Amino acid sequence: MSAHTQKPAQTDAGTASRPHIGTRSLHGFLKIREASILVVAILLIIYFESSNSNFVTRPNLQTLSQFVAAPVIIACGEIMLLICGEIDLSAGMTFALAPFLMYFAHDAGIPLIIAFPLALVGIGLIGLFNGFVSVKLRVPSFVTTLGTMFLINGFTLTISRGFPVDTPTDGLFTVLMGNEGFAEIIWAVIVVLVMHGMLRNTRWGLHTTAVGGNLIGSAESGINVTRIKMGNFVLTAVLAGLAGILEASRIGSTDPLAGGANMMFLAVAAAVIGGTSLMGGSGTIIGGLFGGLVLGVLQDGFTINGINAFTFNIIIGAAILIAMVFNIHFARLRMTGRRK
Amino acid sequence: MSQVQVADTTAPVGMPGGEALRAENIVKRFGAVTALNGVSLHLKRGEMLGILGDNGAGKSTLIKILTGYQAPTSGKLTINGQEVALKSVDHARALGIECVYQDLALVPGLSIYHNMFLNREPLRAGPFRLLDNRSMRRRAAEALEDIGVNIPNVNEEVAMLSGGQRQAVAIARAVYSKAKILLLDEPLAAMGARESGLILDLIDRLKKRADLSLIMIAHNYAQTLEVCDRIMMFQHGEVTFERNAAETSVPELLDVVKRNYKVVRGGA
Repeated sequence: MSAHTQKPAQTDAGTASRPHIGTRSLHGFLKIREASILVVAILLIIYFESSNSNFVTRPNLQTLSQFVAAPVIIACGEIMLLICGEIDLSAGMTFALAPFLMYFAHDAGIPLIIAFPLALVGIGLIGLFNGFVSVKLRVPSFVTTLGTMFLINGFTLTISRGFPVDTPTDGLFTVLMGNEGFAEIIWAVIVVLVMHGMLRNTRWGLHTTAVGGNLIGSAESGINVTRIKMGNFVLTAVLAGLAGILEASRIGSTDPLAGGANMMFLAVAAAVIGGTSLMGGSGTIIGGLFGGLVLGVLQDGFTINGINAFTFNIIIGAAILIAMVFNIHFARLRMTGRRK
Repeated sequence: MSQVQVADTTAPVGMPGGEALRAENIVKRFGAVTALNGVSLHLKRGEMLGILGDNGAGKSTLIKILTGYQAPTSGKLTINGQEVALKSVDHARALGIECVYQDLALVPGLSIYHNMFLNREPLRAGPFRLLDNRSMRRRAAEALEDIGVNIPNVNEEVAMLSGGQRQAVAIARAVYSKAKILLLDEPLAAMGARESGLILDLIDRLKKRADLSLIMIAHNYAQTLEVCDRIMMFQHGEVTFERNAAETSVPELLDVVKRNYKVVRGGA
């Protein structure tokens, strides 16, 4: 990391002289993992603001925040799962199911303030099932959750008979749950901060990283690998359920077709763009927030610039690739920055 | 299963010179495969035992049994004079048994200090059970210095370390956790001359600790003879040879190997 680990005889000739102060502070900044993707997000915001003066306005920022919030909340769970070497493809479907569970519980006469946690418990059981099949029955989680993705979707469509319902409302509860303009993004930021602290500063977070980095080694160290993995499946499902309930409360309508595979892929894309490895063993929650921000800014920016819906997917796809290439190469710069 | 019976002790517990470990007639079967077929061994306190043998001889299975990772099919285990049935890795650790595994059980993406405290991290006071990183950093640096390992920065990710440095970190971790019986699973595998020299020096320093007993599992006869007090040879899940290191030689060990291969092939 610093001078004493350097092997002077073997480094490039160019590093012999002290680099320019700008280069040094750039390297210092890029040592922070999440920095490169934040650079991308800021460049995009600058671009859209310069091309359309409506971009940085309160109504548009509210639209942007609402677009970013749900995938970021789900991404927090997916990041934990990806770090410990798993994935949950069904998260977009639990997203749609959760507000229905709350709706039916409320319909049965349970007050909303209890129906809400009850729905999350139900969703948690789905996470437990995903974890059980993946970890205990040793079906790769990609396949397990591919199955439950269809299963949960079919279940939601069946219990709703395919029609949306009005999300139950209850004054302050509904306001807090996303009906107020920036409520959803505030939830997202709180979830991000809590999960970031958990990943970096608790045994659970450390062991999640350990399990993904060296599964056998972690087990040999006495870490309960099964518990860590299953716990993160539950966590992901509950966060997806929370995001679904927030979204349904904001819109005022609980739609069986909400979320879906598209929402799940947005969350995974946010995670990966943010710097979480699909191979497990490393990842960052804050990066997931920035990744979600990049996707949101792209979608929102191109929409207010009036890009045709067909060309839009081409641009989004290309933008994801460009962001990733940028990210990976900045990661390499970062590694060189550390070694010197 | 969990009952701990007190057996005859040859020396007071905790005193140097007594018996640290005794295994009697350990058998381990995996279905139709017999990995260990009645293995017995003993380890004096402060002693260093070398276990040699080919792949599949049962060395790694023995390690897994001694560390509580797997239970033996049958056999008796006595630690510090007390007969025990190890229930888990944590249980074995509580009794002072630590293992440095071949794959090192280190996590490449985590820092040295997080690795050194993996699964026994100190926590800060307060309701949130946060990791005490500052204490881990300081204690990790002390532990490395204590056994004479020179690694300048404990914040470094393990991925950045050489094979020898990783091995040293893994050993420091085991020693720091107050190990009384340290198992080293192929500590010199896949290491260059300079790196294995570093580890052999480290093992030499550990031998000077009277309260620490070591079992080293290895492939290399010459190195094992050099550092160990006593040698055992494992073949096909059985002990085929046992002698003090000073009373045997590499040619004799090679002879034992050849002889027993013939027996097995003749019988097949």
